[in-house]
Amino acid sequence: MSGTHEHGHHHREPESVLSLRVRALESLLVEKKLVSSEAVDRVVAAYEQDIGPHNGAKVVARAWIDPAYRARLLADGTAAIEELGFGGVDLQVVENTPGVHNLVVCTLCSCYPHALIGLPPVWYKSFEYRSRAVREPRVVLREFGVDLPETTEIRIWDSSAELRYLVLPERPAGTERLAEAELAKLVTRDAMIGVAVVKPPAAAAR
Amino acid sequence: MNGIHDMGGMHGFGRVEREENEPVFHARWEGRVLGISRACSAQGIFNIDESRHAIERMAPVDYLSASYYERWLDRNVRLLVEKGVITREELERRMAQLADGKDPATPHSDPKLLDRMLRVTRERTPYRQPGPAPRFALGDRVLTRHDAPIGHTRLPRYARGKPGVIVRVHGTFIFPDTHAHGQGEQSHALYSVRFDAALLWGESAEPRAPVHIDLWERYLLPNAPARSTR
Repeated sequence: MSGTHEHGHHHREPESVLSLRVRALESLLVEKKLVSSEAVDRVVAAYEQDIGPHNGAKVVARAWIDPAYRARLLADGTAAIEELGFGGVDLQVVENTPGVHNLVVCTLCSCYPHALIGLPPVWYKSFEYRSRAVREPRVVLREFGVDLPETTEIRIWDSSAELRYLVLPERPAGTERLAEAELAKLVTRDAMIGVAVVKPPAAAAR
Repeated sequence: MNGIHDMGGMHGFGRVEREENEPVFHARWEGRVLGISRACSAQGIFNIDESRHAIERMAPVDYLSASYYERWLDRNVRLLVEKGVITREELERRMAQLADGKDPATPHSDPKLLDRMLRVTRERTPYRQPGPAPRFALGDRVLTRHDAPIGHTRLPRYARGKPGVIVRVHGTFIFPDTHAHGQGEQSHALYSVRFDAALLWGESAEPRAPVHIDLWERYLLPNAPARSTR
């Protein structure tokens, strides 16, 4: 398909025209005192540097080591993440257990818990994922390298409201002696969306 | 609306392609579009529901051929023009000026705007608002309305006219179907509703793969307990 980049982007117009149109829009809004370029810089920097999956990973690691926190997180995700200093989202946490795996998608747009795991990757926003995750989740998960037995229930969460979903993955075996910060390093963005499982440290290092 | 954006269950899109070590933004302009969007929200120029509906109103062929941030750019321009903040001619003129190396805008610092925008990234937008008591309770059987509204809605097409079960009562939230159209917040109960895959997709559904959707009470009708779900 023409206009398709290697990373799955499609464009109606050349990058040079898009870039010029965005500069012109910013210039007009700056002139009208509705936007300051400084504010745009700061928001871009926040998403590039501060807001990312390392935030969600801290929440997951805390839930793994502290059963009372885990219970609060599952009962009221919004309040529980505020305990750790995270906000910006009304949150529902769904827990993977032996026999239950959770998968998050937004079929209508691309709703995603930015505050905890950053901006979504291109594949999460892709037509491929949005159309197929609800219809053939097992096939999609196998494409991601997650092959679940037929006895495992896959709960799909089509995120349609101003309420975001985060998967609490299962703690991998062999991590009993790891400290909270080391556990957090094992937790990936994809595991918190539900398209991966968290691997034990030896496998994660490979 | 029966839009191209309503993609759940569509066939023909192919494998989900992933990019290793994907950057946050693939081009500088993508980050600028995001920042401009946040500023427009922080300034109260448009709300999230108007903004989603503006993307849904793109011509289907444009929607399918645009990248994510290109859809955001299209949305920003569309809403700013509709709300009388800018004109398309003004934007074309400014593009020509910039191409000639001239930028008439004077940079300014706006600490209040900066603070509001950074707060948007940290704090919850208050979409949970007081509303009437929920009519349904955990475990209630419901049937989604079989309707094709012309405006914005968050009931996906694949789940219209389908039986489901309430698995969580979330509280009362702003209603996107009215909020997107300047008809007020009309906050009311939001539920997580569980649907059996076979009831959504038929015989070819994958086993043990129920779909849960957050749905407002106005999308739902009571459904008498079924004698058998088979």
